[in-house]
Amino acid sequence: MSVEVRNITKKFGSFVALENINLTAPDGDLVALLGPSGSGKTTLLRIIAGLESFESVSGADILFRGVSVVGDRLSERRVGFVFQHYALFRRHTVYGNIAFGLKVRRGKERLSSRAIRERVMKLIHLVQLDGLELRYPDQLSGGQRQRVALARALAIEPQFLLLDEPFGALDSRVRQNLRRWLRRMHDEIKLTSIFVTHDQEEALELADRIVVMNKGRVEQEGTPTEVFHNPKNEFVMDFLGNVNLFHGRIESGRVFLEQSGIIANVDDRKRFFVRPHEIELVPDNIDNAGLPAKIKRVQLAGAIVKVELTSIENNEIFVEMSHEKYAVHKFQNGDSVFVVPKNSIVFPEDYSI
Amino acid sequence: MRNPKQHNVLPGFGLTFGFTTAYISLLVLIPLSLLMVRAASLTWAEFIKTVASPQVVASYKLTMGASFLAAVINAIFGFIVAWSLVRYKFPCRRLIDAIVDLPFAMPTAVSGIALTAICAKNGWVGSVASIAGIKIAYTQLGVLVALTFIGLPFVVRTLQPALEDIDKELEEAAESLGATKFQTFTRVILPSLMPSLATGFTLAFARAIGEYGSVVFISGNLAYKTEITPLLIVAKLEAFDYAGATAISVVLLFMSFILMFIINSLQFYGRKFK
Repeated sequence: MSVEVRNITKKFGSFVALENINLTAPDGDLVALLGPSGSGKTTLLRIIAGLESFESVSGADILFRGVSVVGDRLSERRVGFVFQHYALFRRHTVYGNIAFGLKVRRGKERLSSRAIRERVMKLIHLVQLDGLELRYPDQLSGGQRQRVALARALAIEPQFLLLDEPFGALDSRVRQNLRRWLRRMHDEIKLTSIFVTHDQEEALELADRIVVMNKGRVEQEGTPTEVFHNPKNEFVMDFLGNVNLFHGRIESGRVFLEQSGIIANVDDRKRFFVRPHEIELVPDNIDNAGLPAKIKRVQLAGAIVKVELTSIENNEIFVEMSHEKYAVHKFQNGDSVFVVPKNSIVFPEDYSI
Repeated sequence: MRNPKQHNVLPGFGLTFGFTTAYISLLVLIPLSLLMVRAASLTWAEFIKTVASPQVVASYKLTMGASFLAAVINAIFGFIVAWSLVRYKFPCRRLIDAIVDLPFAMPTAVSGIALTAICAKNGWVGSVASIAGIKIAYTQLGVLVALTFIGLPFVVRTLQPALEDIDKELEEAAESLGATKFQTFTRVILPSLMPSLATGFTLAFARAIGEYGSVVFISGNLAYKTEITPLLIVAKLEAFDYAGATAISVVLLFMSFILMFIINSLQFYGRKFK
C-alpha cells in the first residue's frame, strides 16, 4: 500500500469538511478523487500533501509506504503537488521553475549544476516543452503552464504525485489531449498519483481507481468499471453519468413502470435507475412493459444518437443509442413511443437525487 | 517587452497622451524651465563658482548621502512594517496602519521640532543616546533621522498592495518542492516584491532630497557639516540671490534626475519579463 489515509476528519469551524475518511492508493496506480464542489476532495488532497492539518482524533494517520508522515514538515515529504492554478513562479523561467526544487537542496543532497541541467532538460523533453525553457510563465499558454507545473513537481523525484483539478482551467480540447498525454506518461513512469476532479468522464477515462466523495464522506471506492456498473447508491449512480429515474413495481420478476392512471401499491413502489444507453425505444407497447412518452428532440450529430423525451407525467427521459439502432425506426420530433428499460438498478436506501 | 503597436488597440490614446503632455508641462516642465532660464542669467564662471563652492559641494554630499541612506533604511524597516501589517493579525493593527501615514500629513516643520525635542541631549531618545556617547541632534545623524522619518510611508504604502497580492499557493508550492521558509522568502516572495520595493525606495529617496522643513531644526545647520542643499537654496533666496539659488537648484535637480533615471531603468530591466 503506497498512500494510506486513516480516520481523517477535518473541520473548518463547525463545518465538517471531511468525516472519518479511510483510503488507500495502491502502488503505481492513478487514483481519482471524484466529487461535486464542496465534497472535500481538495481538502483531502491537501491533507495528504501536508498543506493542511486535520483533527487529531485517535487513529488518525497518514502513511506513505507504511510509514506515518504526520510529523514531517511539508518540505520533507517529497510529494509532487500540482496546483489547480499551477502556482508557477512568475519571475523564474520555465527552466528556473523546473529546476527550483533541485536548486534549493542543501548539503549532500545537492546535485551539481550539470546534473541539475541534465535532469531539467530531460523533464522539459518529457513534458514536450523543448525550446521553451527560457520563456516566462506569462508567455505560455494554459496547457504549457500546466506541463511546466507538472515537470516542476516531477523534478524532485517525488514519492507520489498529487494533482488538484489538473485540467480544470483548460479548454476542452486541450484538456482531452493533456488527459491522454498524462495517462501515457503515468504508464511510462509508474508514479503513484492522486488527482482531484469533478468531471466524471475525466475520472473514468484516466484513473485506475476512483474514490467517489460527497459531503465529506467517501461514497464508493473501486475501479472505473466497478463504480460505473455497480454503483453503491443513488448518489454514485447519478454522479457518474446521466441517469433516468422511473417509479414502478416488480411483479413476479418483471418490472412494471408506473404510468399515470396506474398507481402501484405504495409499499411495492420502487425507484428504478436506468442509464440512457440502457433504454430501448419501441413504437408499440409489447408486453405492457413500456412507458408512453413523446420525443422532444433528436440529436444526430455525434458518435451516438441522443434522444430527449417527455413522459406523460412530464418527466424528462434521456436515451442514447447507436446510429444503426436509430436507423430501424427513425423516430422524429413529436412521435409517440414506448420507453423500455433494459437494465435498471434499485437501491435499498431511498433518498432523493 | 511592450509592443508600441498594442497602444492602437486602446481607444483614446491621442487624447490621453495629449492631456498627459499638457498637464506635465504645466505642472512640472514649465516651472522647471523657468528655473533654467533664471540660472542662465549667470555666466558660466559665476555658475561654476556658485555650484562648486566647497560649502555647496559638502551640502550635496550630505543631502545625497543621507537621502540614500535614509531610503535604504526605510526600504529595510518599511518592508518589515508592511510585512507585519499585511501578514499577521494582531491587536491595534488598524491603528498602527493609520499611524504610518502621519509623516505624510504632519507639517514638516512640526515633525522637525518634535524630532529635535526628543533627539536633543535632554530629550527622551537623545538622553539615552548620549549615555552611549552618540549625539543625534545637530549632527549628520540627526539629518538622517529626519529624512528616515519622512520617507517611511512611501515604502510601506507601495509594498502593502504587492504583499497582499502574493498568492498563498506560491509559498506552498515552494515548500512542497523542498524549499525552507527562508529560501521561499528569498527566491519566491522577494523577487515578486522587487518592483514595488524599488518604487517605494525611489519615492522615499526623492522626497528626502527635497526635504527642508523637518531637517533644518534637527541639523543645526553647521556650515560644511550639517547643511543640506535645500537649506543653502533657501539661504540664497533670503539674501535675494535668486540666480545663485536657482543655479544650485538646477544642479540638485539634475543629480536627482540622473539617480531616478538609473533606478527606474534598473527596475524596467527587472520587469522586462513579468
